[in-house]
Formats: sequence, structure tokens, C-alpha cells
Amino acid sequence: MKLTGAEIVVQFLKDEGVECVFGYPGGAVLHIYDAFYAQEEIEHILVRHEQGAVHAADGYARATGKPGTALVTSGPGMTNAVTGIATAYMDSIPMVVISGQVSSALIGNDAFQEVDAVGISRPCVKHNFLVKDVADLASTLKKAYYLAASGRPGPVLVDIPKDVTANKTEYYYQETVKIRSYNPAEKGHSGQIKKGVELLLGARKPMIYSGGGVVLGKASEQLTAVTRLLGFPITSTLMGLGAFPGSDPQFVGMLGMHGTMEANMGMHDCDVLLAVGARFDDRVTGELSKFCPHARIIHIDIDPSSISKNVRVEIPIVGHVKPVLDEMIRMLEARKDALDPTKTREWWAQINRWRDHRCLQYATSSEVIKPQAVVEALWRATRGEAFVTSDVGQHQMWAAQYYRFDQPNRWINSGGLGTMGFGLPAALGVKRAFPDSEVVCVTGEASIQMCIQELSTAKQYDLPVKVVCLNNRYLGMVRQWQEFSYKSRYSHSYMEALPDFIKLAESYGHVGMQITQPGDVDAALEEAFAMKDRLVFMDFITDATENVYPMIEAGKGHAEMRYSPAQEMA
Amino acid sequence: MRHTIAILLENEAGALSRVAGLFSARGYNIESLTVAPTDEVSVSRLTLVTTGNDEIVEQITKQLNKLVDVIKLVELDSTEDIERELLLARVKAGSAGQRSEVKRLVDIFRGRILDVYEGGYIVELTGRGSKIDAFLEALETAQIGEVVRSGVTGIARGPKGLRI
Ligand SMILES: Cc1ncc(C[n+]2csc(CCOP(=O)(O)OP(=O)(O)O)c2C)c(N)n1
Repeated sequence: MKLTGAEIVVQFLKDEGVECVFGYPGGAVLHIYDAFYAQEEIEHILVRHEQGAVHAADGYARATGKPGTALVTSGPGMTNAVTGIATAYMDSIPMVVISGQVSSALIGNDAFQEVDAVGISRPCVKHNFLVKDVADLASTLKKAYYLAASGRPGPVLVDIPKDVTANKTEYYYQETVKIRSYNPAEKGHSGQIKKGVELLLGARKPMIYSGGGVVLGKASEQLTAVTRLLGFPITSTLMGLGAFPGSDPQFVGMLGMHGTMEANMGMHDCDVLLAVGARFDDRVTGELSKFCPHARIIHIDIDPSSISKNVRVEIPIVGHVKPVLDEMIRMLEARKDALDPTKTREWWAQINRWRDHRCLQYATSSEVIKPQAVVEALWRATRGEAFVTSDVGQHQMWAAQYYRFDQPNRWINSGGLGTMGFGLPAALGVKRAFPDSEVVCVTGEASIQMCIQELSTAKQYDLPVKVVCLNNRYLGMVRQWQEFSYKSRYSHSYMEALPDFIKLAESYGHVGMQITQPGDVDAALEEAFAMKDRLVFMDFITDATENVYPMIEAGKGHAEMRYSPAQEMA
Repeated sequence: MRHTIAILLENEAGALSRVAGLFSARGYNIESLTVAPTDEVSVSRLTLVTTGNDEIVEQITKQLNKLVDVIKLVELDSTEDIERELLLARVKAGSAGQRSEVKRLVDIFRGRILDVYEGGYIVELTGRGSKIDAFLEALETAQIGEVVRSGVTGIARGPKGLRI
């Protein structure tokens, strides 16, 4: 049967198993929207800003592991989507963004609402397409989903001119697609894995450093098995939290700029480092010349360009993390005799001495709410099982440090691009995927205002997430840097004229709460979570002067952390 | 260090800008870049000359390989493999002495004179970039009216080629 391009888009999405699309209409996509009108299989969620659509699709993808889908119109619709696309790109999130384009005949004429979508998005997509002929539409969409989800995942943009959505062609759904110039790595090289295993077996001060690649590669089980077999300490990047259980004694906490003493000192002193699905990002390594000075490094990654990009490694293993770790497990099991826990006994004693410093301890207060205490209370209130999204700033770091994630895909934040405004729409995407789970957005009073309009989407589509706003009246992270590096010259980091968040939440049809007393934190959370079917905006008025510790400042290495004053006294 | 990379690229709209964009986004140098279709219409061949230490060039080849439109690539060995560049130049030669000197130089460099006009020649020369540099250096600066260089193209020696 012949279908129009618009009907093909919708039929293809059904055939591809897409269950929901986050979008916003406009002239160039009106044919596509008309095709959505005639069906009920795919839910369309109308956001309030295209950035929200992309972040919501992103949150959906991070929580489910399936590609998210966003639909935007040409011109301003597409440019509004760019921040979301770049956010997904930096964190390698599988996603397809369909953008409308002006009609083919008008392209290049500075037509109304025309932008060069392929050109603008090129540096922040895994790949993109301009569909010039309706005959190529279905196969292009198939390629887009294949590229987005395979290899190192990432966002793919498909730009469709309006006339292509009106033209007709024969449609059929292709189950699979091959792209001759694209062959992502699968299994790793057995010889390299063997070498890695032998190096690990000889280690006296080993460290495992895992990253977001383990979550994306759905290899949490394998990582846990390898770590248990080896009995080594394991640290994680911001993006990898939850891939190994955060409450397990082998877990030494997050590493990097705001990592724990035991993780960062462990990195500094280790003799063998196993890096799994991590990319040696500058927020993780600190000053490169001081990074892991004694370590021989094994690095597992699906992307060859991640290997030896920032840090030279001795044993690179290019492959999908899951089959690579599976093979590693088989090899380790065959070498059980060589797994000798006494070899690392000294090392564990050292790690535990670092751990005994309790570097995350903070000065508690009965007068003012400590933000860390709110995150700890949140963990208790949700039994550590919630999906937690965050925005960017101090609250993000506190959520990462104090909410111990025991499962992968539960901690959802913009690590690579650091996009304020991500948290709320991402939470809506998660809630859409897991309506029966608790979904919490931990945010700051500044970040939340960057996509606050999505409170309206939450109402319309009944997505009752919980918002935990750590309101310190400052662009807290900016203020902290100004305190440390600019002699407390707080240039434009104070938020005046804040809205009344209770009224704001209520005006969108939600419940608003303000909590000012430390003694009320637990009860407020309990009350909020008891309202299962309501979005509750909890505005916690927190200590304005609190800082995130430990911290590695610019130019410093892992062994040069700055600790909290409370810690220094202890 | 100078490196020459030969690339087979899908002959798709926008593919070339992905390559060029990669270099500007990541701050790599492009000394020259040549592109043309091959015998297989869906494939273009690029020859790219870049500079950088071995680590940078390793990253460049990995990043190029990561582009979905890049089918295959190989780094040419600049001492072993064959590299050629075409020069078209307008060379001013007013006096009889200058004219015979230019003709002599063109002969030495195995070039050709394609056109003669009052006051000079249009010269064609092919060879390695260094040969073209040497020819241009041999001329007096004032004689050089216009220089058109194609950029480097290259092919590996021996039976093993770069094909899809
Ligand atoms: C879109 C965007 N603009 C600017 C920044 C820079 N920035 C990083 S953290 C931060 C302050 C965030 O303040 P808030 O949301 O209140 O969180 P807090 O740090 O106080 O917890 C800013 C401005 C950013 N990350 N993203």
C-alpha cells in the first residue's frame, strides 16, 4: 500500500516498537502531526519547550536503555532542541530526533523557519540525515534507530522536508539494516583480555574504575561478577553510579573532582587499574601529569577513539563491554587457583584507613537544613530504590555522593555537558517509562527555572514525579568556585526575586511544600511520597554557605584533595 | 610531523563537511585536502595531509574512522608511497633572458609550458610537494604571477590498494 511520508513516519515508529514520542508541533511537521491524530498506539507527549522534549526522550532512554524519540518542527523548534541533543551526545545516549524542514524547493532560500538542521547539529550528533526523497524515508529512519542504539550509542537527527511528508510511496518495514561504512566493535580480542587477566592476577594494589559505558552496555551484572571474583576495590565515575552496588563494601565511592578520599587516593597509589567503559574525562583525572603515576592500565571500551585519548594505556581492549567482561569472567574462573586474596590484604588495610577518615562527613545542624542531610533522608524515604534525576550544580554532586545507588539506570544526570534544566523533563521521561516507580528530580532553585514550564506537561500527562529543590538562594556551584578561587567575590551568583515555589507549583495544579526546619525533613518527604498520584514540589531552604567536599581544584591531582572544614577538624 | 591519510568516503551530501568539521572542532590541522569520485560512483576518495605528533595522528585516524560516512582509511608512508601534486603557475618572464631561464627550469623539473602570453608562461608541473616547492623557490619572487596547487594525492606502492 502507498503511504504518505507522514504516515510512513508514524507507521515506522509503530513497527520499530516506539511507544511514545516527546514533541512539539509547527508548520513543517503538520502532516506528521495529522498522521498522529489518526492513531492511538503511540503516545505523543506535548512538552512546553523543545529542549524539554529532547531531555524527556533522553531520560526515557537512560532509564530504559531503549532509544528515546523526539519530534520537533523546523527552525526555532530545531534550534531549541540543540541543547538537548548535545546533552545526549556528550553522555552517549541513544536517541532519534525527527525534525521538520521547509519544503525541498525552498531549502537554501532563507525560507520562513528554515535553518540548516544538519549543519547545526553535525558536531553534536552521532550521525544525521536530510531525507530528500520519500522513497528513502523508511530506510533512513531504520538506519537512524540502528545507529543510535548500536556501538557507542548517541543521538541521531533525521531532518524531513515538508514535501517529503506529503509525497507517497510504497512502505514496508525492514527488520534489519546494514551500513557498509559502519561496523561497531563486538567481542574483544581474546589475547588482549587474557593479558589483562594476567596483569590483574598479579596486582597488589589494584583498582577498578568503571564508567557510564557499563550502564549503556547493560553490563552491570558482569561488572559485579568480575569485581566479586577479583575482590578488588571499585570506584565509579559520575555516569557509572549504580552499575556496581553503591552499598557494597567493595565500593569505595565516586572518584574525581568531588570523589571520596578512598577512591582518589586509591587511584593515585594503585599499581594496576582496570578501566571499564570510562573515558578518562578531565573531571575524573584531575591534572593529567599527576594521574595514576604508578599504574599499569587496562582499558575496556567500545570506542577505539576513547583509548589512549587522554591517558596512554598498556592493554587496550576494544569491544562491547558485556561480551568482554563475560570472557574475562570465564578466564578468571579457569584461573581460580591464582585468585589469592592475601595479595591485596595490605592494600585493603590502606583503603580502609582512608575510608576511616569518613571524608563525606559534614557538620550537622539543628538550625539550618543541610543539603546533604536532605539527600540522605531522601534515600531513607525511598529505600534507595528511586530513579533520581538531577540538574547541574552542588545539588547534583550531593545527590551523587549521598544517595547510594544499588542499581544501574537509576541515576540520571547530565554529566558530560552539564546542562542545567535537564532534571525535570528527564524525570518526566523516566516516569513515562516507569509509572509505578518513584521518580525524583533533585534540583536547585536556579536549575529548575531553566525548564520549569514542564510542570505543565507533568499535569497534562499525569506524570507525578517528586521535585526536591535544594534552595540555597545561590548559583551554588558558581558561588563555591568564587569562594575558593576568587576570594569570595560573588559576582552575579545570587538569585534574587525567587518565585514562591509553593504558589508556582499550585498554579500548575500540583502540590507545593516549603521546608525550613531540619527536624521537618523526614516527615515532609514521607508526606510527599504518600501522595502517590501527585507531583509534589518540595522547596527545602538549605544552608546557603555549604560547599561540596572533597574537591580537587584546577591543576591538582588525586592526592591533593581539599576536605571539608568538619573533616579537617576530625 | 607531516602525515598523509587516504580515505574512502561515502559520496553523500554533507560527508565532506563531516570530515572538515571534525578537524576544526578538534583543533587538528589540515595542510591540504583533495577529493574526487572514484570508479565506484558511490565512493569518493580523499587525500588529507595533516601535521601533528604520532599521538595526535592516531587520534585523527580513530576519529575519522568513527565518522559513519568513512568507509576505510589508510595512512600513507610519505617516504615509501607515491604522492603527487599538480602545480599550475603563471610565471612572468619579460626579457629574453628570463624567458630562456624559465624554459630551462621547466625542463629541469620536467614540467610543461601550457600557454605563452606576452610577458610570461603558464606552467604545469607534477611531482611530490617538495619538488613543487623547489621549483617555486628557484623562480624569483617577482616572477611568480599566480600559483595554483591541487593539494596532495597519493597511492600506496605494491599490490595492496585501498578499495571497498
Ligand atoms: C545551561 C547552563 N548554564 C550555566 C551553567 C553553569 N552552572 C553550573 S552550576 C550552576 C549553578 C546552579 O545553581 P543551582 O541550580 O541553584 O544549583 P546549586 O549549585 O545551588 O545546587 C551554573 C550557573 C550550566 N551548567 N548550565
